[in-house]
Amino acid sequence: MTISNTRPITPELIAAHGLKPDEYQRILDLIGREPTFTELGIFSAMWNEHCSYKSSKKWLRTLPTKGDVVIQGPGENAGVVDIGDGDCVVFKMESHNHPSYIEPYQGAATGVGGILRDVFTMGARPIAAMNALRFGEPDHPKTRHLVAGVVSGVGGYGNSFGVPTVGGEVNFDARYNGNILVNAFAAGLAKTDGIFLSEAKGVGLPVVYLGAKTGRDGVGGATMASAEFDDSIEEKRPTVQVGDPFTEKCLLEACLELMASGAVIAIQDMGAAGLTCSAVEMGAKGDLGIELDLDKVPVREEHMSAYEMMLSESQERMLMVLRPEKERQAEAIFTKWGLDFAIVGKTTDDLRFRILHQGDEVANLPIKELGDQAPEYDRPWVEPAKPAALAESDVPQADIADSLLTMLGGPDLSSRRWVWEQYDTMIQGNSLQRPGGDAGVVRIDGHESKALAFSSDVTPRYCEADPYEGGKQAVAECWRNLTATGALPLAATDNLNFGNPERPEIMGQFVHAIKGIGEACRELNFPIVSGNVSLYNETNGQGILPTPTIGGVGLLGDWRKMVRIGFAAEGEPILLVGAAQNWGTHLGQSIYLRDVHGRTDGPPPPVDLAHEKRVGDHVRALIVSGIVTACHDLSDGGLAVGLAEMAMASGIGAAIDTPSADPIPAFFGEDQGRYLLTLSIRPDSAEWEALRAEQQKLGVAAALIGTTGGAELKLGQAHAISVEKLVTTHESWFPRFMGT
Amino acid sequence: MKSAVVLLPGLNRDRDMIAALTRISGQPPATVWETDTAIPDVDLIVIPGGFSYGDYLRCGAIAARMPALRAVAEKAAQGVMVIGVCNGFQILVEAGLLPGALMRNTSLKFVCREVKLEVANANTAFTRNYRPGQIIRCPVAHHDGNYFADAETLARLEGNGQVVFRYAEGTNPNGSINDIAGIVNDKGNVLGMMPHPENLIEAAHGGTDGRALFESALGIAA
Repeated sequence: MTISNTRPITPELIAAHGLKPDEYQRILDLIGREPTFTELGIFSAMWNEHCSYKSSKKWLRTLPTKGDVVIQGPGENAGVVDIGDGDCVVFKMESHNHPSYIEPYQGAATGVGGILRDVFTMGARPIAAMNALRFGEPDHPKTRHLVAGVVSGVGGYGNSFGVPTVGGEVNFDARYNGNILVNAFAAGLAKTDGIFLSEAKGVGLPVVYLGAKTGRDGVGGATMASAEFDDSIEEKRPTVQVGDPFTEKCLLEACLELMASGAVIAIQDMGAAGLTCSAVEMGAKGDLGIELDLDKVPVREEHMSAYEMMLSESQERMLMVLRPEKERQAEAIFTKWGLDFAIVGKTTDDLRFRILHQGDEVANLPIKELGDQAPEYDRPWVEPAKPAALAESDVPQADIADSLLTMLGGPDLSSRRWVWEQYDTMIQGNSLQRPGGDAGVVRIDGHESKALAFSSDVTPRYCEADPYEGGKQAVAECWRNLTATGALPLAATDNLNFGNPERPEIMGQFVHAIKGIGEACRELNFPIVSGNVSLYNETNGQGILPTPTIGGVGLLGDWRKMVRIGFAAEGEPILLVGAAQNWGTHLGQSIYLRDVHGRTDGPPPPVDLAHEKRVGDHVRALIVSGIVTACHDLSDGGLAVGLAEMAMASGIGAAIDTPSADPIPAFFGEDQGRYLLTLSIRPDSAEWEALRAEQQKLGVAAALIGTTGGAELKLGQAHAISVEKLVTTHESWFPRFMGT
Repeated sequence: MKSAVVLLPGLNRDRDMIAALTRISGQPPATVWETDTAIPDVDLIVIPGGFSYGDYLRCGAIAARMPALRAVAEKAAQGVMVIGVCNGFQILVEAGLLPGALMRNTSLKFVCREVKLEVANANTAFTRNYRPGQIIRCPVAHHDGNYFADAETLARLEGNGQVVFRYAEGTNPNGSINDIAGIVNDKGNVLGMMPHPENLIEAAHGGTDGRALFESALGIAA
């Protein structure tokens, strides 16, 4: 079947391409004639939300993206951050939500493949991956199927490619019933003088196609990802790409070999909108035209039309501009790895994007305008309503120990072992902290003492209640998780998942979340260096919880000083740092209210960013000084859950004092900016006195709340729970839910 | 002693293995590419883990038919020591250098975790630095590690002491028959094992239980 390029352009066809009438008019104005069918496809691919960021651009510009260590901010395949000694870390997070809902295994697998490609396209060898997954409520009939497929897809691709998965998130909420989230993060290591960009340079140079052959899979994928779902969703299955991690692994090795040979001038992976997007980006960034001859493109299906080839999202493909004198050497490298190598076009000086197919010119468009003059919207938005604060007397009571077990054995706080044991967490031999702690930590290969920490965070229920505070909290928690290992947070990537931006209340969530993220990133010196926006996450008019996932990277100067969450020894003092006098106070939007009392009211805990920074910097300094034996930040579930997690991680129990005020907010409040530390110094020692004096001087609250030891966790007056019972409760929910 | 590592497209623990051999022997191993028909003069050849040729057709099936594996078989016949880890084990089985088969894990899922291994035979070139019956820690990471052999083969393996490692303390992660985690051929110079000793050889790995295997094979005293 060949689709003719002379197919008439009807209003129905325009609508089917996701283009609004005014957008089509803009096309007519821009090119002064009716577009061909292929051209319409190209515009649709470049101007959809996924590729053009037309609703979000205005607000993304407000984010802080610069800093002393930032080498490359947003706009390239991934962000690049200096980590000293001539090394840099290259990272990004990206969503693959819609495809993963339609076809969970392949959707998730190609999400992982896409983000890995973004990283190695820049010249970096991937060293760590994470993924933030949000599913519908556990009882929803599709949830198990989606969890099984997504987890298996993430593992299937990442394990075969050979990157350790060192962290991530898995949450459940009814608001994701019809639209799950799969946010994949990858980081790689490169030399600061070995970074490759997509900007083409030089006229008349060969444009080279590398990697796998082009098929019909994924045609129109980016346009699909930019529309809401409705009941016709099953019809969209053919727009999901199919991944081949074996080819990607070969592509990685071939690309790194080719880059080392000095042949590469510019490189761009073919992700969303495949050949179209990669070619336009390389040309537009370099102020050059591109001419492609589709008859040269390696294909795996017969009779593919120009339209299909330009919009195919077949995976594991790259486009490069190469130095002509190195062409033969380049071809030999790709042949060795069994990959296709074809010269499919050239750079030109006319700023046109010209596509030739079977002797015809099927498209001839202005290249700069395809990218730069994509529509940009200042969409109307409304201020989100703020939930009323809980009355001071509104502290619903329950048994402390029983509540803790309920929460630990529930969908959101139970162990994710079932998930991460399906991921290779140890490959490359550098994983110092694997999933289950505050952050994943990976040793820097070839360096004596340095390591990188990675964490992915957001609390969607906070963002729903107050997008601004929720945005701040997502950044702060990520920064805190990195800090809790002893790492200095360097920079972050954001993956902003929201509903339909054409609805002012959704746009209001987006605007406020960005404001919160921006403010937190500025205050914490934690710039955003890459990211991705995923809008239209709704089904039949029901939007997801606003979910701006933050993926952060931190640097440890000496990993031998790194700490973990598990209690390290018996008889050590437990210090609660950064908490108010009553340990905890804030119950609004807490897991306790939700899981024990079925309530989802109140505002989320506010984040005091100055406090956050002061406390975090202090905790990090203590870890680096070597007196901290374990550290854990407090988040979901508050102090009680934090203590339980520390006990479960090592098997050592603890006895905690009785709080001076109501134990419910003390143990279950989700106040921000708090850490639990155990120390190797004794409370009666001179070092202890010196520490307390220093904390006083810094204005960092710290309370000695108990001592480690024994095989039970005893929270004040509550009945003791054996660590074994905690572990059994914590570990049993997921396997039981999945039936394995 | 000198070593070599076989490199095939899709293998992905090659760098881990090269790092381990370099660290333990003090010199980097030679490398052998899929199309190489000869292997340099070494005492130990290692086939690392991964997904050679994407695990297409059957794990290890394509790799077993590559020129490099014919060269490995020749060396093995001459008595050179060969270790295959994970996919390397699958490849040795497919190449007919070790008996039995590695099937999909009984859970039908990929599994990556630490298990316990019993050194079932400490009297091999690969295990002499362990104590007989010693229980060691070792990571696993595989989808198809469920070892199977017919009754006759199994009786022969057990009778000859060819079962070298067994999953211990109820940690069998894949359903392997007789808890088999690693076996040697009847001459005792070819070892195949699913667990990854190369990922537990230094402090940064959180333990060094895997080290003695390489030290044994490389003739380094315990």
